[in-house]
Amino acid sequence: MSEEKYVPKSKLGQWFDSRLPLLTLAHHINDYPTPKNLNYWWTFGGILTFFLIVQIITGLVLAMHYVAHADLAFGSVEHIMRDVNYGWLIRYLHANGSSMFFLAVYIHIFRALFYGSYKAPREMIWIIGMLIYMLMMATAFMGYVLPWGQMSFWAATVITNLFSAIPLVGESITTWLWGGYAVGSPTLTRFFSLHYLMPFLIFGLVILHIWALHIPGNNNPVGIDIKQLSKETVPFHPYIIIKDLYALLIFLIIFSGFVFFVPNVLGHPDNYIEANPMITPTHIVPEWYLLPFYAILRSIPDKLGGVVVMFAAVFILMFLPWLDTSKVRSAVFRPLYKIFFWILVIDVIVLGYIGAKPPEGMYLIIGRIATIYYFVHFILIMPILGFKEKTKPLPLSISDPVLGDEDKLSSEKTMNNR
Amino acid sequence: MSSSYAVLTTIIILLVLFLYLSWVFVSIKVVDKEQKGETTERRDFLFTASYALGAVGVGVVVWPLIDQMNPDASVKALATTEVDISKIGLGKTITVLWRGKPVFIRRRTQEEISKAKNVQLEELKDPQKDEDRVKKPEWLIMTGVCTHLGCVPLGDKGDFGGWFCPCHGSHYDTSGRIRKGPAPTNLEIPKYEFVDNNTIKIG
Ligand code: HEM
Ligand code: FES
Repeated sequence: MSEEKYVPKSKLGQWFDSRLPLLTLAHHINDYPTPKNLNYWWTFGGILTFFLIVQIITGLVLAMHYVAHADLAFGSVEHIMRDVNYGWLIRYLHANGSSMFFLAVYIHIFRALFYGSYKAPREMIWIIGMLIYMLMMATAFMGYVLPWGQMSFWAATVITNLFSAIPLVGESITTWLWGGYAVGSPTLTRFFSLHYLMPFLIFGLVILHIWALHIPGNNNPVGIDIKQLSKETVPFHPYIIIKDLYALLIFLIIFSGFVFFVPNVLGHPDNYIEANPMITPTHIVPEWYLLPFYAILRSIPDKLGGVVVMFAAVFILMFLPWLDTSKVRSAVFRPLYKIFFWILVIDVIVLGYIGAKPPEGMYLIIGRIATIYYFVHFILIMPILGFKEKTKPLPLSISDPVLGDEDKLSSEKTMNNR
Repeated sequence: MSSSYAVLTTIIILLVLFLYLSWVFVSIKVVDKEQKGETTERRDFLFTASYALGAVGVGVVVWPLIDQMNPDASVKALATTEVDISKIGLGKTITVLWRGKPVFIRRRTQEEISKAKNVQLEELKDPQKDEDRVKKPEWLIMTGVCTHLGCVPLGDKGDFGGWFCPCHGSHYDTSGRIRKGPAPTNLEIPKYEFVDNNTIKIG
């Protein structure tokens, strides 16, 4: 992205870089031109990377003490909590880290929705991001099974049974997933194996995600292309790194609040009861970050239908770049979309609330309305809005809304002929 | 499982044979042209055939990797359980674990039995006569696994005097048939037999 080709200063550096261009890579990241108008909603990518590393390191340490066997798992987690030096801290970091990871990813995703960051030419970034999100959900679900408490066991049962809705082969698939005729020890050991693997797959996808980002460069709050690199961007180091670190610090304060003061509020007390295949807790709920999808599942009064619609709710996001027909990226210039965006945010929060409530009476009705609206937003509102909406005039450059029109016309050097 | 592996291997051997024979066949056809330097068809075919064979080879290796996740011999060995039912009072249920799943054994009251029998089949989502679900009307034996997503339903609950699943609200009647809620089918009846009047063998 920088104009001239980078050559390391030292002879050794040149020798090394011509054989393995790691220094060029470091230099690229250092100098990577970033729109100067990025706001704090853009700091969550860095926060997410940080939390992936936190999860991997704390997970690695937990795995040194954890035993993946139905008879021993619950006890080994208690052993981590009581006997292992700082075991309580590491486990609380890992359990709450997962919640913070999801909090950050939801903010990150809604940021993309608001500023139209999924639109051309950034579709690949978006699609890889969605794959990461799905893998995150699978990873967190399997991690939640590992402590082998009541919620672990029944979450594993309900989620794996989703596959039994598949016609004809459903039952063979669940038996295959379980390694038995119900969730049991074979299920636990394979979940542990996969829970260990998946974060590294996520890590690989994160590299692709950032690679895909560095081709067109960042989107920005006004959502228009960079016209003039030298005037409209700042190098990643030190400007963006420092801003990211500042945001991370604030986020870490919230994280510490959870870890040190209320480490169990986001969890469920029933998970401190050992798994019992004979009794289902009267009110089972998934972790908070999966609640909206759980609400969608339960709002459909048919088994296969519920499962299909729930998966559709995730997969539909993949098609967003083509469902959104508007040429304008940022919601700042889309007065109607801006309203619908906030309605969607509320809708998802309502779904999350309903997901935590028993599926009866009013809750069921609200859940159904919210589910329908969720799909209406993506299938009807997004495509139609692109044609009907009268958008506000776009500024000529990203400097424009800040500086007035002094450098409006000096756009001889655009991103495209870099 | 080993039988399916044999089938798979046989299919693969047949495929290999097929590829080999078609190669010979094509070779004979193109060999003339090739001598005249007109074509590279033969070489293309060899490439394609090699890749295809490679893909098949990968398939053969992948199957054991997939199949290892199916229930192993030790899991399958726990196939039957004998239960003493002499101590179960009228209108009481016991739950036993069979293959990791709960099984309900209920000694039904006369009232429950007649209630189950008097239901019109048209009213049912998964029509089944009560007679077809029991060996002796007094004893209802079924897996206690909700056919929706696998929770254990609670006894003596729900709108039909049978079972109620708290997870997503499925109601079962006194014969364990689904009456209301998202579950698609009746509670399953496992294979069982009465060894004598006081003992049943499940599985
Ligand atoms: C994407 C990254 C990850 C996420 C979102 C995640 C999520 C989770 C969650 C939600 C739990 C349950 C916590 C609880 O309630 O106790 C868990 C447990 C666990 N995870 Fe992870 N995890 C991640 C990465 C890893 C990695 C890389 C490892 C291993 C190297 C690991 C090893 C473990 C172990 C051993 C447990 C069981 C101990 C416990 O329950 O605290 N995790 N994970
Ligand atoms: S598992 Fe019983 S109603 Fe869903």
